[in-house]
Amino acid sequence: MSTQAKDERSISWSPAVSRRGFLASLAAGSLVLAGRASGLSLVAGAEDLSFDPDLFVSIAPDGTVSILAHRSEMGTGIRTSLPMVVADELGADWDRVVVRQAIGDERLGSQNTDGSRSIRRFYERMRVAGATARTLLERAAAQEWRLDPAQCKAAEHGVTGPGDRRLGFGELVETARTLPVPAEAELSFRPASERRYVGRDVPITDLDDIVTGRATFGIDARREGQLFAMIERSPVLGGKVESLDDSQARAVPGVVDVIQLPDFEAPHGFQALGGVAVVANSTWAALRGRRSLRIEWSDSEHSSYDSRAFARELEAEVNKPGKVWRTQGDVDQVFASADPENVLEVDYHVPHLAHASMEPPCAVAHVHKGTDGKPVSIEVWAPTQNPQAAQDQLAATFGLDKANLIVNVTLLGGGFGRKSKPDFIVEAALLSDRLDRPVQVTWTREDDIRHDYFHTVAAVHMKAALKPDGMPEAWLQRSAYPSIFSTFVPGMRDATAMEHGLGFTDVPYDVSSLRVESGTASNHVRIGWLRSVAHIYHAFAVCSFPDELAHKAGRDPYEYLMELCGEPRIIRLEGVEYPNHDEPLERYPIDVGRLRRVTERVAEIADWGKELPPGRAQGIACHRSFLSYCANVVEVEVAKDGSISIPRVHVVLDAGTVIHPDRVRSQMEGAAIFGASLALYGEITARRGAIEQSNFHDYPMTRIYDAPREITVEIVESEELPAGVGEVGVPPFAPALCNAIFAATGKRVRKLPLSRHDLSW
Amino acid sequence: MKTDGTSIRIALRVNGERRELRDVDPTTPLLWILRDTLGLTGTKFGCGMAQCGACTVHVNGQATRCCVLPVGDLDGAEITTIEGLSHDGEHPVQRAWKEHQVPQCGYCQAGQIMSAAALLTAVPKPTDEDIDRGMGGNICRCGTYTRIRAAIHTAAGEGSR
Repeated sequence: MSTQAKDERSISWSPAVSRRGFLASLAAGSLVLAGRASGLSLVAGAEDLSFDPDLFVSIAPDGTVSILAHRSEMGTGIRTSLPMVVADELGADWDRVVVRQAIGDERLGSQNTDGSRSIRRFYERMRVAGATARTLLERAAAQEWRLDPAQCKAAEHGVTGPGDRRLGFGELVETARTLPVPAEAELSFRPASERRYVGRDVPITDLDDIVTGRATFGIDARREGQLFAMIERSPVLGGKVESLDDSQARAVPGVVDVIQLPDFEAPHGFQALGGVAVVANSTWAALRGRRSLRIEWSDSEHSSYDSRAFARELEAEVNKPGKVWRTQGDVDQVFASADPENVLEVDYHVPHLAHASMEPPCAVAHVHKGTDGKPVSIEVWAPTQNPQAAQDQLAATFGLDKANLIVNVTLLGGGFGRKSKPDFIVEAALLSDRLDRPVQVTWTREDDIRHDYFHTVAAVHMKAALKPDGMPEAWLQRSAYPSIFSTFVPGMRDATAMEHGLGFTDVPYDVSSLRVESGTASNHVRIGWLRSVAHIYHAFAVCSFPDELAHKAGRDPYEYLMELCGEPRIIRLEGVEYPNHDEPLERYPIDVGRLRRVTERVAEIADWGKELPPGRAQGIACHRSFLSYCANVVEVEVAKDGSISIPRVHVVLDAGTVIHPDRVRSQMEGAAIFGASLALYGEITARRGAIEQSNFHDYPMTRIYDAPREITVEIVESEELPAGVGEVGVPPFAPALCNAIFAATGKRVRKLPLSRHDLSW
Repeated sequence: MKTDGTSIRIALRVNGERRELRDVDPTTPLLWILRDTLGLTGTKFGCGMAQCGACTVHVNGQATRCCVLPVGDLDGAEITTIEGLSHDGEHPVQRAWKEHQVPQCGYCQAGQIMSAAALLTAVPKPTDEDIDRGMGGNICRCGTYTRIRAAIHTAAGEGSR
């Protein structure tokens, strides 16, 4: 990235400079290879640019290549990796590339940056974008030189031809923009040997801005005349304002108004939660004003929710027959005839978790009114994982056409699934509508932790009957948890095939009689998805249980796990409703061979079975998620008093084709630490319907001193289809850690978090 | 802090520049003065109770959580924020952060960098235990701690050359 490019990029998010004017000047005379659909118009404020053969690329006469980033950057490096694919296919020099962030627009395809989907869904699309631009530039050069395009080759930001012919990209713009856009069938793609960036550790696009404090996150968005709002929301989901005394709040200097927001209608979906907003001329005044509100809230159907009692209900639920999702052999017959000595039956439990992204939810919105005083358009600036969902929710709230809903995507200070939900954006828009000024809504940490879309609470029952050789002959697993879809469907009591498909119905073990079941559960808080979603509790049970069986059988856990996985094979799951992370099984099969290879390799690099002093031990787990294969060996040290440290973690990942190895490694490092937070401390509880935690003192995160000290990541070299990365490292961590703790202490933890357990030995 | 009967005046030096604040609520934490009044948004809000370190700045050279620091107590104080740590982004800590590609989302990194810079001023060659102590107040939810540690060691090595 050139310095100039960086400045332009930061300007594009700055309130002080008209982006419209900037882009208009940029656009004049540019070859916008984005353009019948007008790519750069998807950068907010751009005029219609009509020369774009592809949505994602434009080239200016000075040779600057602009690449549209349509996925949200929350730390995965996606604003770097996808543009790298375009640059390579095009033959652009990276230091002459400018990455521009797209507004929400369905023409770009899905912008919902979750599900570890960005690379697998858009890798090919980016190659097409780059190849389209390259083909046009090569044809333009051929026309200039009156040669066959086959004699012209794009490389290093120009096109070369026979002899010493060479024209820079910028010099070809004028001709290229007059040429017809090639059909996809006409395109050819570069061989790997011609790539300069894919597979290399290119510095991330926003690196300089981040280390100098210039990067613009949602909380940094500023508009002329902007007001600042804090909202007090019902402590219980669905509670309504019964009485409000805002006289003291209004008396706080700087407070402009106190506004009661409309209650949501069930199901809550992505609607604003309602509550009472204090709007002021500074964040602090809004905070002080909010503290001075006197509100009485009504009860709701969720007022009696007690998470401790609920955990017992879930445990009862998974100990009775449920709905069958997958079955083979005859589990009941084997259990009926098994010697009870050879049967192991246990329950696992993972509590609610909160996302706690370091940047809490926040958004600036500006509602523009017509002469009749009614909203005609809305512009928002927000750290959203899903700008199109924000458009949809604003459209539903205000009755406006999506074309008039401009959602600018800032950098996200973490997302983890929370910022897929645009409720906080709607809040800002509702307030701007009332005040006719831009309004920024900021959630405090307390708001964030008490009113999250929580990771669901889950119980999982596991049962196996062992043969004389110690391997299971029958295997039963049964889960119960409130469904994510309770957020969208009232009265939803059955979790779905999608959720069970996240590491449960696809259990990869080779057991002749096997059954997967689920029970039912109701939601009492907003349920959402959190990094790796249902894989968290599924993997905790499905990867802990083999370790329990290995110890019961007196076998080495790694060798037992490998034997349990069985021969390399493709698991067919015939007759099982299994969405496979929305990919066809033919393209992304469940490949036990790949699972075995990451497991073998992690055991090798971790020196599995090495001599360790008392209190120190290794644990292993492997898990397929988001179409990738990941294995962990966690080394734990448990002091006599039960305190835990994690000196070393080994991770082996097979994610197919990898674009940016360093960002993949960093995701694995981060996932181990995210996994450590949830395993050590992660627990959200509720009493009388209200969340009991509120900030980092009672919902702690791992810190530098208790996080895994060394994390070694190995990425399997592969030319398989690209698969997920961002979430894949999380699921195996907690079970590998708890398996290690058992090896170190003889204490089996089946109920997270670890902070609830006495691990002294 | 001066009061002339009608308004409160607080004078600070922020990143080497004298800034006079008038008519501010003296209980306002420095964080919001920086972000909302002075437009220095590099310093971040994370918890509002000095638990996470996202708001770390230097106050008279000390790493300080400014989300709970009333501006009324700071008359005459010297404040350095991430924007003023270096004029060119080339402070040894910033250089090391780039070399190790420490940031993921980047949100907490201004606070991390300010804590690391203060640590290295106090302890030019920190041990891992020094780093645990000096950086233990800064949460990174993305989990960049192993790189933070490596980058601090790199910056310390660089400082000695």
